[in-house]
Amino acid sequence: MSDNKLIDVQELAPAEVAEIDLYQRREKIYTRKIEGFFQRIRLFTGWPLLLGYFLLPWLSWDGRQAVLFDLPERKFHILGLTFWPQDAPLLAFLLIISAYALFTVTVFAGRLWCGYSCPQTVWTSIFMWLEQKTEGSRNQRIKLDKAPWSLGKAAKKLAKHGSWLFVAFLTGMTFVGYFYPIRDLAYELATFSTGMWQIAWTVFFTLATYINAGWMREQVCKYMCPYARFQSVMFDRDTLIVSYDPQRGEQRGSRKRGADPKQLGLGDCIDCELCVQVCPTGIDIREGLQYECIGCALCIDACNSVMDKMNYPRGLISYTSEHQLEGGTTHWLRPRLIAYVAVLLVMVGVFTYTIFSRIPLEMTVIRDRTNLFVQTDAGEIDNIYTIHLVNMDESMHEFEISMTGLPQGQIIGDTLYTLNSGEVRELTLRVRAAPQTLERPSTEIVFEATSTDMPSLRAASESRFMKPL
Amino acid sequence: MTSFWSGWVILLTTLTIVLITWVLFANRQRERRSGERTTGHEYDGIEELDNPLPAWWFWMFAITIIWGVAYLIVYPGLGNFPGLLGWTQIEQHDREVAAADEKFRAMRDRYLALPVEEIANDPALRKMGQRIFGNNCAQCHGADAKGSYGFPNLTDDDWIWGGSPDAIKATLINGRKAAMPPWEAILGDKGIAETTAYVLSLNGRDSDPAQVAAGETHFSTYCVACHGADGTGNPALGAPNLTNGIWLYGGSETQISHSLRVGRNGVMPAFEQTLSDDKIHILTAWVYGLSN
Repeated sequence: MSDNKLIDVQELAPAEVAEIDLYQRREKIYTRKIEGFFQRIRLFTGWPLLLGYFLLPWLSWDGRQAVLFDLPERKFHILGLTFWPQDAPLLAFLLIISAYALFTVTVFAGRLWCGYSCPQTVWTSIFMWLEQKTEGSRNQRIKLDKAPWSLGKAAKKLAKHGSWLFVAFLTGMTFVGYFYPIRDLAYELATFSTGMWQIAWTVFFTLATYINAGWMREQVCKYMCPYARFQSVMFDRDTLIVSYDPQRGEQRGSRKRGADPKQLGLGDCIDCELCVQVCPTGIDIREGLQYECIGCALCIDACNSVMDKMNYPRGLISYTSEHQLEGGTTHWLRPRLIAYVAVLLVMVGVFTYTIFSRIPLEMTVIRDRTNLFVQTDAGEIDNIYTIHLVNMDESMHEFEISMTGLPQGQIIGDTLYTLNSGEVRELTLRVRAAPQTLERPSTEIVFEATSTDMPSLRAASESRFMKPL
Repeated sequence: MTSFWSGWVILLTTLTIVLITWVLFANRQRERRSGERTTGHEYDGIEELDNPLPAWWFWMFAITIIWGVAYLIVYPGLGNFPGLLGWTQIEQHDREVAAADEKFRAMRDRYLALPVEEIANDPALRKMGQRIFGNNCAQCHGADAKGSYGFPNLTDDDWIWGGSPDAIKATLINGRKAAMPPWEAILGDKGIAETTAYVLSLNGRDSDPAQVAAGETHFSTYCVACHGADGTGNPALGAPNLTNGIWLYGGSETQISHSLRVGRNGVMPAFEQTLSDDKIHILTAWVYGLSN
């Protein structure tokens, strides 16, 4: 006898299999404007930076522009300090410190830089504001883009792009103004008499600002910026991140005003999607931490405004840490953060000290090598040296050259030289010694240049004195 | 390049471009179940999202491929193919040199018109001269132009070939070849010693009077033709002054007799091809100014 079993046949609906194009036009993001606590903070971080950027080149110092990176002259002026190309290691050090400070802040509170001070954010906010003023609110903009072309639409688009280009032009011109005196630049632009390079770079930065802040916007944050990608390396469970509290919010769902959500089995989230509408990178923060989130806190402000209307407590979306979301408390003082801050303070201290103890005098000594030594008719030995002296100070000085290391050696040639501020001088001199007074074929000597009117202004450089074997 | 290597380069380049283009387009379409967002792989519990690349990125790839192909048609790059524009580095260099010459012509003409004495007294022009000297002359004459064994001191008043601005300029333009013949074969050891003694006596240095007298005979036979009857030299022939205590090849007795024995053929290179006429003019003035 055969067993007849009834086999349950499950009806499986086949999952939809579709072909997708892996290069896709991104969907345009229409952000909704929102007011709130964190947006006000951004006014206090963004505006000083903006004003600083636009106004700094117009300041004067000692008859020149206060902040000017004079590339042809190879002098970089920042207020009272002038840096030469030889000071490039200081710039490298400064950049390292800046990067390190960024990492420290990231460990503490995530992407504060992105949300509150990054130029991309600041300029995109300006452009978004202009867009709101010319094309209207979010819904109006969506409607406008769907509408057929008309005179009204063309006028609005023209106004928007015109205002964008105008701000971009001011930005580009100011940027060039850090490298070329901005008063001259403004005058030349107004009279159409700029040099080729000035107008080329102004146009370049205008276009770059216009494209980045007007068209690219979140594409820069999502695809171009490396910070987005390595942020997760720096976060730990106590880092403050913008996060939705699923414990509190789920199940999400709409409900009547005044109804008790717990009775309906719902959480505090009413699924209004306001947090999605305000997000400049177009994500849904309720899905958790994502690399696109720039920490601008627009969703926090949006959700808080809705919570207020619903009479629920604020903070459904807030700056919180993983630790806190799991029910614990955020550990502020943890080894990682303490170590970061300590190293940062040390680096800043060393850097500040280096800047303020810079000696604006450089000296290099090159010994003639084609003739290792020269024998005089009297049988003494001469070595020929070229001394490269750079007076990087703001005023003229007289310098005296001296030499130590050869007790019975003497300098043949002038030892007093007057150098203007910024002057580079090459001077040649000989050092003469009797071979009997030297123990070895090669003796280490040190040249020193000391300012006669300011003895603290001195530099030294090593060299060698050679005699025949 | 030989035609083999040219062909190899062309093959590799075109294959790479074709490969890149293929990779770009082959990855376009992907089968994806609805709701799935990952690549499907899992590494230690970590999954990988498979999001679409934005179209602007794709277009940038495409534009660079088109640009690359256009570049290789127009400029050299595909093996020995010179490119439709026929651009070469040498031609670009020549064009840039010509443009620079044109740009600096006015300045050069201004310097050439100045007399040597005026240039020698102008601090800025002296600096130019010092830099030209440092790049072209210091290797032999020393960084301070005071010379060494075999290379004259340019800062003193002793000029082997003449110290007037014209003579200095002629030295720079054409170079110099000294021609002191060797006298060992003709004079022999005794004659060399005697002549050396006489030369020393011309400088007021101690020598044996008998040798000096014999040396004087040799000197008037063989040496006066170039070095002059009194031994003060002849700049037209490049024969040094033997009486002023300045010795190009050393002034000890051994060194002087060595010069007599083997002769001397010092060479100063010609700088006509290396330095432009305004540079030679400034350099002449600088050298002249070292001792004037």
